[in-house]
Order: sequence, then C-alpha cells, then structure tokens
Amino acid sequence: MAPDGRADVVPPMVQAEGVHKRFGRLEVLQGIDLEVARGEVMCIIGPSGSGKSTFLRCINHLEQINSGRLWVDGELVGYRQRGDKLHELREAEIAKQRIGVGMVFQHFNLFPHMTALGNLVEAPLRVKREPKQEVHERARALLDRVGLAAKAGGYPSQLSGGQQQRVAIARALAMRPKLMLFDEPTSALDPELVGEVLDVMRDLAESGMTMVVVTHEMGFAREVGDELVFMDGGVVVEAGRPRDVLASPKHQRTAAFLSKVL
Amino acid sequence: MASPPSTEIRAGATPPEEIKAVPVRHPWRWVSVAVLAVLVAMLVNGVVNNPAYRWDTVGKYLFDQRLARAALVTIELTVLAMVLGVALGVLLAVMRLSSNPILSSAAWIYLWVFRGTPVYTQLVFWGLISVLYPTISIGIPFGPEFASFETTKVITFFVAAVIGLALNEAAYMAEIVRAGILSVSEGQTEAASALGMRRPQVMRRIVLPQAMRVVIPPTGNELISMLKTTSLVVAVPLTIDLYSRSREISLALFQPVPLLICAAIWYLAITSVLMVGQYYLERHFARGSQRQLPPTPLQRLRRRVLGAPRGDRIAEGGGAVAVGDRDGAIGGRTAGSDGQ
Repeated sequence: MAPDGRADVVPPMVQAEGVHKRFGRLEVLQGIDLEVARGEVMCIIGPSGSGKSTFLRCINHLEQINSGRLWVDGELVGYRQRGDKLHELREAEIAKQRIGVGMVFQHFNLFPHMTALGNLVEAPLRVKREPKQEVHERARALLDRVGLAAKAGGYPSQLSGGQQQRVAIARALAMRPKLMLFDEPTSALDPELVGEVLDVMRDLAESGMTMVVVTHEMGFAREVGDELVFMDGGVVVEAGRPRDVLASPKHQRTAAFLSKVL
Repeated sequence: MASPPSTEIRAGATPPEEIKAVPVRHPWRWVSVAVLAVLVAMLVNGVVNNPAYRWDTVGKYLFDQRLARAALVTIELTVLAMVLGVALGVLLAVMRLSSNPILSSAAWIYLWVFRGTPVYTQLVFWGLISVLYPTISIGIPFGPEFASFETTKVITFFVAAVIGLALNEAAYMAEIVRAGILSVSEGQTEAASALGMRRPQVMRRIVLPQAMRVVIPPTGNELISMLKTTSLVVAVPLTIDLYSRSREISLALFQPVPLLICAAIWYLAITSVLMVGQYYLERHFARGSQRQLPPTPLQRLRRRVLGAPRGDRIAEGGGAVAVGDRDGAIGGRTAGSDGQ
C-alpha cells in the first residue's frame, strides 16, 4: 500500500514494495517488501550475496531499482510520479534526497586529505551552505559525542579503524539526517575496536534515530534492534523481533544461517 | 585491564647480550668499486683534459647575457605552456570520463589529433596560422561580425609557440589526469554522494585533490620534458630561446661543442630547480597519506647539524615509529588545525 496523504497517519520512514534489482543478468533483489517505522532500529542479516547491502544502497539511490517502489519518509526514491508515469529524478534532486539519509560504510570512506573536523564540516558547509561558525561548533560537539573531541585535527591515517568509523558516523550525523544506514559498519574492524563503534550506534538508537543496519553482530541486533530481518537469495525470508527470530527461527534457512553464525 | 606491554627497555634491568658475529664479507663489491672508480677517472680525464671541448669558450659564454635572456624565454615558454596545458588537460580528462557521450567523444577526438601528429608539425602549423586565417573575427557563426583582428598582430610567433606547445601538452596531460582520477577509490565518490554532494563538487573537492598524488610525479616529468621540448619552437619560427640562441653563437664562432655544453648546463640547472619544486609539491599533496611524512633532506641536514628537536621521536630516513598503545596518535606534532 502506498503511504496515505492523510495528516493523521505518519508514513513509515522506509517503505519497500516489490523492490527488484539486477546487475546485468544477475538478479540480486527479487522482490523486497519491508517497512521501517520512525525511530525503529532494523537489523538485516543474511549470507553474503543475499542482497542486503544492495538493498541498503537502493534506499539512498546509490543503486537504481529496476522494479517495485521505494519510499523514504513518504517520498518516492529516485523517481517522481506524475499521473501513472514515473519520471527519473535529475541529479540535483537525487542529491537533495540524499541529504536526509546518512550512510556509514564498511570501509569508512573518510576523505583522507582532510582532518576529522574537515570531513565533518565539508558537506554542511558546501551542500547545505550553513553558516561556518555554527557548522564548526556542531561538528566539534558531534566529535565529542562519539568520544573523539581530541582528534579533531587529526587525519584519518592517524586514527585507528574504530576511531575512523566513529568519525564516519559523526560525519553522517553532521547533515542532520532523519534516517541512518549502516552497511556492515564493524566488519572491517579488529575485534577489540568493534565495541566502541557499537556503543556509539547504541547511543544513537537510544536517542531515537531511525536506523537500518546490515550487520553480523547478533549481540547488537538482540540488544539494540527493534526488528530483525533475515535475507537470503534476494528476498526477505523471515522478519520479527530479534529475540524471537534468534531464539526460535521459523524457517529452515534462517536456522541454518544462525547455526553457522551464532 | 593492564596497559599493553611497553616496547621500551625497563630501567634497571640488564639488556640481553648483543650478538657479536663476524659479518658476511663482500670482496667483489670492493673490486667493482675500484673498476668503477677507474672508469669514472678515465671519463673525467677524457672530458676535462680534452682540448676539443674548448672549456675556455664554455667558461666565457656560460653567463653571457644573450644566453641568460634566452634561458628566461625558455622558462617563460615552459611555464605558460604547462599552465595552459594542465588546465586544458584537466578539462579534457573530466570530459573523457563524463557520462555525456558528446563530451567524451569530443575529448577523444582532440586526444587523437593532438597526440597523433608530431609537435614539430603542430608548431609549424601555428606559426603559419596568420597565412591560413589572415583575420580573426568575433561574431555570430556564419553571420554578422562584431569585431575583427589581424591575426599577425594578435598571434605573434611567441604566442603561436605557446599555443602550439600548450595544446599538444594538454592531450598528454589529459591521460595523466584521467589515470589519477581513476586511481581514487570508488568509495570516496560514494561517500561524497551519500552526503548529498553533486558531481562537480565531488570532483573538485574530493576526487581531484586525491588524484593529485598520482598526477604530480608524471606531471613533473612532463614539465621537465617541456623545458627541452621548447627547443622545437624553432619550427614556428621562434629563435630567441636557449637552444636557438646557443646555436646562433656556436655558428658565429665556428665551434659546435662549447655552446652545446653551455646550453646543456643551463637546461640541467633549471631542471634541478624544478625537481626540488616537485618534491615539495608532492609532499603537500601527500599530507594525510602517512601517519608522519619522512623528513626532507633539509630537515635531515638540520637534525644532523643541530640535533633532533625536543619532543620528536621519529626515526630518521623512513616512516614513523609508533611506540606505545596502538589507539593513540603519534607523539610529537599534531597535524594542522581545521580541515580545509
């Protein structure tokens, strides 16, 4: 069902209906139906190749879907609906949509030629054109929030993996997004550094941010997640409350995957 | 949790006994050094004590005003041609990588034409431009004109030389810049796009600055090469550069060798200055690539003469030494203030 225009019904933050995505002849997403409510933390788990990261990247139009519909905060992603025809959005409009959606990548993707502070202020200054003083103050406050106030002047190459990922989270938050996407945020980290990043994510979840997290960290999913989604072969196999799915999976494939991971 | 083990020696404990073994000997290395020394001595003797080189003439004309002024012209040509060539090259590279098929094809055709013909021929062409197009007019294509100029007045031989060199250089620079852009990992563009940045901004602020690290060494090469390519401007014809002037003098003296050496020494001196400039430029763009950049030769010299500055625990001649817990940044200086 498409989101209503009625004022008293708040649309879900993310809504996916029959989303398909293929790369050449490879069908990666074969009909995803999902809803993420406001303030909800959804954790997506599944074997590699299941399409979890691809689906995440469709949400902010880093990948263009081939069929189905995807809405973020009631707005269609990547297209405009006029009558019964879909019009592709122009690059400027897509960029505008992305402002409201923050993304954290597996390999951090910090800008190496800028300091931590520089990474944070770049987009707010140049994309949103916010006043410099305000942007710098907020950036420092964000770095403080993730525990890296002292590293504001450091370059990414001078930071450990955990610190870099925390800066990456702060960088995404600097744009004041309404939704945060995490693509296996701790998969590239040494085990002892995973905890500090998960702490920041937990803190973010508790402050009410809507989050979609692709992860292998079952502990995080159980403690912080509101909904756990198991994807395999490009479809959602099972979804439910994390404790329920993890303790008693309904599908054989889910159980098989969990037995390998837990 | 106990702090991670220190890698420094604890005070008071006796250090383990150092191994004192007989090192491997390399007798043939000394033989090859001796052979090399003899060859070098023979070479130097054959040059210095050879009357055919006419070192007296070399000394007489090395700092001649005509050569000095000609060297200046050569430098001017080099700088102008490179600045214009790099600017146009960046534009062409971005066009080549554009999703717009017209832009990328136009750039391809440019590269095909300007790399496919000899630069000497191109310079002859630009020298003859005022024969091919006696007047340049500005106006509506195939329609009325608003202003017109006599080509020879606007495009002097010097201007023609610069244009010829620059347009040719742009074609080669385009490929160098394109390689640099391709070397920047896709994740950077993705992260920038995810933050809402548009393509021009992503290119200017994120991709190109990082591409510079890969672009500068071959560009430095091109610059040093251009210094010598300017000698081809005799095709335009432009004869006030270092090569042509030195040739003029050598013909007047009926001595081919000494003025060649003078010109070579000038070219070598200018090249050396350019190499130092390239070194510092590369360092500027390498900021952030390593935890701490190795010391420059100047810094190493200062250290040797004056001793290491306080608070600096960096090993010489190589990368940084990280002592202590791995989560801390390197001791010593912190990098810069706000990012720009």
